[in-house]
Amino acid sequence: MNTGRCCSNYTRSNFLRSAAAKAGSGLPGIEPGMPVPAGTGLTRRGFIAGAAGLAVAVYAAGKTPLPLFEDGIAEAAQSDRILVSIFLDGGADTLSLLAPVGHSRYHDLRPVLALDESEGTPFSEDPSLHWHPSAAAIAQLHSEGKVTVFPAVGYDGANQSHFTSRHFWEVGELETDTRTGWMGRYIDLAGSDNNPLQGLSLSNTLAPALATHDKPVAAVEGVTDYDLWSWTDAPVSDEMFKSFKRMGSMKSESPALRDSRKAIRATNIIRESLESFGDFESPVTYPDARLGQQLSGLAALLGAGMPLHCVSVSADGAYDTHSDQKQEFDGAVKATSDSILAFQRDLEARGLQDRVLMQVWSEFGRRPEENGSAGTDHGAAGVAMIIGSKARGQMVGEFPGLVNLDEDDNLRHTSDFRAMYCSLLEDWFGHDAAPIIPGAANFARPVLLK
Amino acid sequence: MAVKAGKSTRFRSYSRQRWVDSGEGVVRLKTKVIRRRRGEKAPRKDPGPRPLPRPQIPRNPWKPQPFGTYHGEFGRLEATRLLNRAGFGPRPGQAEQLAKMGMKKAVLSLTRPQGQAKLIGPEPVDGDGLPLAPFDSWGHDHLWWLDRMVRTDQPFRERMALVFHDWFATSNSGVSQQRQMIDQYWTLRAGVNGTFDDLVVQITKDPAMLQWLSGGDNTKWSPNENYARELMELFTLGADRGAYTEDDIREAARALTGWTYDWDDDLGAINFRFDPEYHDDETKKIFSSKGNWDWRDVCRLCVTHELHASFFVDKLWSYFVPAAPSKDTRQALIRLYLKNDREILPVVEAILMHPDFYRGPSMVKPPVVFNASLLRALKLPVNTDAWAWLGEGAGQQLFLPPNVAGWDDERWLDTSTVRARWLMVTYALDSRHFEAWDDSYREKESVREAVNRALAAYGWPALRSDHQNELVSMAGRISPYIQEDWQRRPYLAMRQNALLQLIASCPDFQLS
Repeated sequence: MNTGRCCSNYTRSNFLRSAAAKAGSGLPGIEPGMPVPAGTGLTRRGFIAGAAGLAVAVYAAGKTPLPLFEDGIAEAAQSDRILVSIFLDGGADTLSLLAPVGHSRYHDLRPVLALDESEGTPFSEDPSLHWHPSAAAIAQLHSEGKVTVFPAVGYDGANQSHFTSRHFWEVGELETDTRTGWMGRYIDLAGSDNNPLQGLSLSNTLAPALATHDKPVAAVEGVTDYDLWSWTDAPVSDEMFKSFKRMGSMKSESPALRDSRKAIRATNIIRESLESFGDFESPVTYPDARLGQQLSGLAALLGAGMPLHCVSVSADGAYDTHSDQKQEFDGAVKATSDSILAFQRDLEARGLQDRVLMQVWSEFGRRPEENGSAGTDHGAAGVAMIIGSKARGQMVGEFPGLVNLDEDDNLRHTSDFRAMYCSLLEDWFGHDAAPIIPGAANFARPVLLK
Repeated sequence: MAVKAGKSTRFRSYSRQRWVDSGEGVVRLKTKVIRRRRGEKAPRKDPGPRPLPRPQIPRNPWKPQPFGTYHGEFGRLEATRLLNRAGFGPRPGQAEQLAKMGMKKAVLSLTRPQGQAKLIGPEPVDGDGLPLAPFDSWGHDHLWWLDRMVRTDQPFRERMALVFHDWFATSNSGVSQQRQMIDQYWTLRAGVNGTFDDLVVQITKDPAMLQWLSGGDNTKWSPNENYARELMELFTLGADRGAYTEDDIREAARALTGWTYDWDDDLGAINFRFDPEYHDDETKKIFSSKGNWDWRDVCRLCVTHELHASFFVDKLWSYFVPAAPSKDTRQALIRLYLKNDREILPVVEAILMHPDFYRGPSMVKPPVVFNASLLRALKLPVNTDAWAWLGEGAGQQLFLPPNVAGWDDERWLDTSTVRARWLMVTYALDSRHFEAWDDSYREKESVREAVNRALAAYGWPALRSDHQNELVSMAGRISPYIQEDWQRRPYLAMRQNALLQLIASCPDFQLS
């Protein structure tokens, strides 16, 4: 087990405090139409003080035996590869993240929002593009050969609805009715019946990309405070949880009851696994961003040998920048990029860098032509990245340029997200993509790894 | 116990009490008056300790029924479902009361209540005992509405407001004042008693919505498609049904121009109004019809679109029944909706009276409904801020839906949200649990007494046999731990706490 030196506690109260600080800080500078936090008398801090009764002591990992170790699941997972899917919610603006400053039409389309040619680091693989200055941390990783960029990823017939397009990405096909996620279907085929950590959402609800048909998966918002507190102590509490656990595996006559039991069963396993996982120390300093805090907890879980396999997390910020884009976008990109860099450094310090790959994605890119509110509307092709020590570091598909846009005046895609999934499944997980991604045979596999 | 009751000279009557199991999760003491002849000896009979209620056996598989009115049994269980889905669960005794009315009257008593709604019981307070500040403090808006759900005597109104809050999901995260979200709440709450046309008109010019979906930034010089798209996709027509094209969205965005507002550095967006200066006064073509359309025309064109009624019926149905309606039912509901000029209430009432509503499969209660039903069952007031962040943890903080599509009703339960629901029970028991270590709990309590006591605390929720048997088993497993005298009261108290925790944490309490 690897514990580092400096301290980065990640507790619910820290988490909420940072959220409150972030929300409150936006208030005076808000401009018309910009998504803003509610309320002026932000009193989350007070809530937390009131909730202190909930915080029970946590113990160092390893003090009590973890069920997943007892079952041998954790040991078996020690050599597993891990995929961390990082979602930029809202449709991140490709033309700001990798700004085509060398394309003359860019400045016509983006009179307000265009980056100047002097801004940002040139993207070495195509110097007509510049990394946004707020993405300097990603540019750094790219210069180390650890970022594989998809500068224009999408699919035929781009759907401009957040929900539909995001859903396509989540389920790994262009079907609106699919109820399992692409990683969920992989877990269904390759996963364990007893390990909910194999598909972990670092959030308070399960990421749809991880939705399985029947294998257990988990959502955990804060990894150090996963307790089910009650007005009992041992030995009564032990018997109570034994019954709770049994309620998770009784027979069900309706889908809702089955879902309820499945969730109870997984909840109990996570409780048994994480109740002894206490505060941890990170070997690196993370930015004060929600994503950074979540990734620091994730690195600590991996360092403790927890049997994780597919992980999903949402990045900071809202990328649906219909108006006053710069205000939201710049901060969001900085928080996201800095968090990713810190996570990579953390993995490197723990010697885990060869086992972990990040996949950064958004449901679509934004329209090349800015709107009149200093923002951008929904577009088509977007940007995605594969990040990690094992990433090949060479872009997949070129930047299509701004002259030949599609019929809705949006960026054309030069790579397909399903092809990316096929390569991840086959080259990273070593699992045939055919039973997971419909039509897998039709996609040429991009080379993502070294 | 047999007691003397009569005064008659020829006959003396006595009453005999016995336990009667309704078969619906509750056992009651029934008193029967019996007359006997003079000289006849009065039999002595003690009803004995209260037996546990007969647990519920799951129903047989079911398939969608044709359109019609439910004619099956309407007892405590059916009334509970009605209260769980059209309100926020029963207060103790309320399901029995409703069951006596019969199904139709029961539904109408909810959907067409008499007079003004009243909030019954003590005013809500925050964790410091201070009045709520729903316009100003984070989470107090959630507490404010949760309290209305708990205390109202017209729960259907609140439930329909919740349905429309999800339908026209608007979030504090894109609105400058919580007050504007609460103003929107009143609009949504009034919605059920009118036509959908009117609700769409009201919501289109609603200040919170004009901020949330950029309607106030949509001008003739720079049209913004945000509202036009969601109006069609999520509110009236549905995506990927061939109802509209990208061009329709762009043209509708032009037609919707004209709304504007002022910006105040302290208050945010204020003074919302329609200003013809900002409105695109040219011809637009929406759904193949050309005209100089404005925002009201867009609302009208959407709700009169031939694919709107089916969208409306499907979406509304999904809030109440977790399986698609039969073709026949769907068509009949569409006809009903159109026949009544898109009035909302008749369609809701038809759904609440449909056989599928009572005989169809279970649904997972939304987190806030779970929370409210917990407080109603335990007769607890809103007096802690915890409900706000627990609501967030359980996946539903009011006035903060995850996005404009609202909450995902098929994914309420996972390891994170189940934990938050568990903690909701823990918090609810803050004032209802028994102290383990001050020797205040009773010294003796049989397993049956313990389980009955815990069930009574919740107003006798009907439990599946698996669950009730598990409670009995758990209570029984505690007894062997009690070996020393000092352990007796603390362990029995904790056993009671464990039973209280498990009853509300078990699947029966999560479902409706």
